[in-house]
Amino acid sequence: MADDYGRVSRKPGVCFATSGPGATNIVTGIATAQADSSPMIAVTGQVPSKMIGRDAFQESDIIGITNPIVKYAFQPMSAAEIPEVVKKAFYISSTGRPGPVLIDVPKDVQQNEAEMIFPSEIKIRGYHPWVDPDVKQIERAIEMLLTSEKPIILAGGGVIISSAFAELQTIAELLMIPVVTTFKGKGSFPENHPLSLGPIGMHGHAEANKMMVEADCVLACGSRFSDRSVGTFEEFERHLKIIHMDVDPAEIGKNQTTNVAVVGDVKASLRIMVKMLIQKAIKRSGDSPWLKHVNETREYFRQNLKLHPHPLGAAKLLRKLREVLPPQSIVTTEVGQHQMWASLFFDVIHPGTFFSSTGLGTMGWGFPAAIGAKAAKPDVPVLDIAGEGSFNMTENSLAVSVLENLPVIVFLMNNFSLGMVAQWQRTFYDRRMIGIDLKNCPDYVKIAESYGAQGIRAETIEDVGKAVQTALKSDVATVIDIPIDPEEDVLPFVAPGTSLKDMILPS
Amino acid sequence: MWSIISVLVENKPGVLFKITNLFRAKNFNIDSISVGVTENPEFSKMTITTSAEEKQLNQIIKQLDKLIDTVEVKLLDEKKSIYRELVLMKIKINKPSDIMEITDLANAFKCNVHDVRKSSMIVEITATPDRIDAFEDLIRGYGILEIARTGISALERGHGNES
Repeated sequence: MADDYGRVSRKPGVCFATSGPGATNIVTGIATAQADSSPMIAVTGQVPSKMIGRDAFQESDIIGITNPIVKYAFQPMSAAEIPEVVKKAFYISSTGRPGPVLIDVPKDVQQNEAEMIFPSEIKIRGYHPWVDPDVKQIERAIEMLLTSEKPIILAGGGVIISSAFAELQTIAELLMIPVVTTFKGKGSFPENHPLSLGPIGMHGHAEANKMMVEADCVLACGSRFSDRSVGTFEEFERHLKIIHMDVDPAEIGKNQTTNVAVVGDVKASLRIMVKMLIQKAIKRSGDSPWLKHVNETREYFRQNLKLHPHPLGAAKLLRKLREVLPPQSIVTTEVGQHQMWASLFFDVIHPGTFFSSTGLGTMGWGFPAAIGAKAAKPDVPVLDIAGEGSFNMTENSLAVSVLENLPVIVFLMNNFSLGMVAQWQRTFYDRRMIGIDLKNCPDYVKIAESYGAQGIRAETIEDVGKAVQTALKSDVATVIDIPIDPEEDVLPFVAPGTSLKDMILPS
Repeated sequence: MWSIISVLVENKPGVLFKITNLFRAKNFNIDSISVGVTENPEFSKMTITTSAEEKQLNQIIKQLDKLIDTVEVKLLDEKKSIYRELVLMKIKINKPSDIMEITDLANAFKCNVHDVRKSSMIVEITATPDRIDAFEDLIRGYGILEIARTGISALERGHGNES
């Protein structure tokens, strides 16, 4: 909840947990925020300062446990330190590359009193969150884009974090460069735009993967070149000149060899690029052979890619959802097949309205995230594209949704199994199926109703459309349980350890 | 190829843990590490040696720099730095004449001899790692009973533009 509140509002979301098991229970949430560079502050209780290290009741070394998954951690040892610690925590969490900050507060420190004196400004010697982008490097980047025959833009999560949508779109349109995104960057560029090819990666769009492989120069904006996006690192960079813009200098050269590196806030860097292009009156027409080829490829896959024949096939369902869901709605997802189907078949029209646990891949993230998004933007419909395997993990957040009056919609693509694992067992393990069958348990309509929320079962495409419309008008949370075909695979598929060019298409 | 990284850090609890945990989490290896407070008690200096190829070394430095408690991270150029390690070796005395032989070798390497007994003696050597290795080679025939190394400490030569 706090994580997605942070992603949506771009201000740190705050979550609280008690000491010991409470603290260890939020470790996965913290790791999720770290993996997706989300601004979040986790406040944990700790045993009284004099008891630390004595294996006291509900004591856990949460600072030690979370060290590799936080941006920073504080443990104030007196009440007087708290105002400065809180101010520093918000500063660190939300600046530069955002991330989670932990504040672990011993019980006696919580209960003591002190005057609230906040420092007027924060200075941390070893922390320089932003550097000004190097203008010369941006000039080199433009030069490289203009001299390459088959340029492409790869937009990552950094575009969404820095809200650089307008700058990105302007550059793409001025230079007529097609745009692919990472999964985290999905929706950083309107997916109904003529230059949009959609996400690349393990379950990227066929046309996006194909064009990414054929491109000779990439402008990567706020992307860390994850293995899920690029396949094998060596193959990806083989015939590619890479321009890499990132706020985190440690990302430059981590996974890919970079030709031009622009370190700095992506929005600031792109803004400088836009200014340069306009000053120099650089504009490219859309009649290049490359763009023609891109358009033909996209058209080919749109016409010829086989879709699952089931009446409630994923593509049909998610296109129906797109039809009835207002474009400004915020969509979250859980983790699994439904998530990858959302990547493939659900077009994000308004930039920055799609959120998912992409780095850590945390099942159960999407539903509480939707509630957090609703808290950040109460006037916008919020919908969680879910699978029942994931929803099982955090379904008890229905209580928060109902009690705090934060109505969201759960679009439950129920295949009665842990579908992604089942798909891998079918594909890579000779159909030796184990531990994936969830049968028809529990009944999600009853689950919703038992919390005082609304439950609807939708068994035809028309029912699905109507159910979403009913849910949009509801003032309590709605779970729409949609029984789908347990045997539907997510395709196309780039198998792990292979490159994007080895993409498996539906046959 | 080994490299010397000098890291100026905030002198407070948990910082050494963060540095070593970073090496562990990123699957980097530390060959030696030495830590001590600087002339300004707010800072400690860590000298880390690691054998990593260039790409990995760049990542190590960037990741260290990214830590909020590191104030300055420098890759030291061997030629432009003074670097030393202190080693204590307990050497076996097999016959009385060994004492004289070992003491002669120790003098040649500017070592200090401590705690000479009937069956063992301790030699202290402060030198560059290759010189320490050379001494160790020569002494090995007598039998090394125990060894303790401090890890390398290093400083850049000169100040400001002098280097």
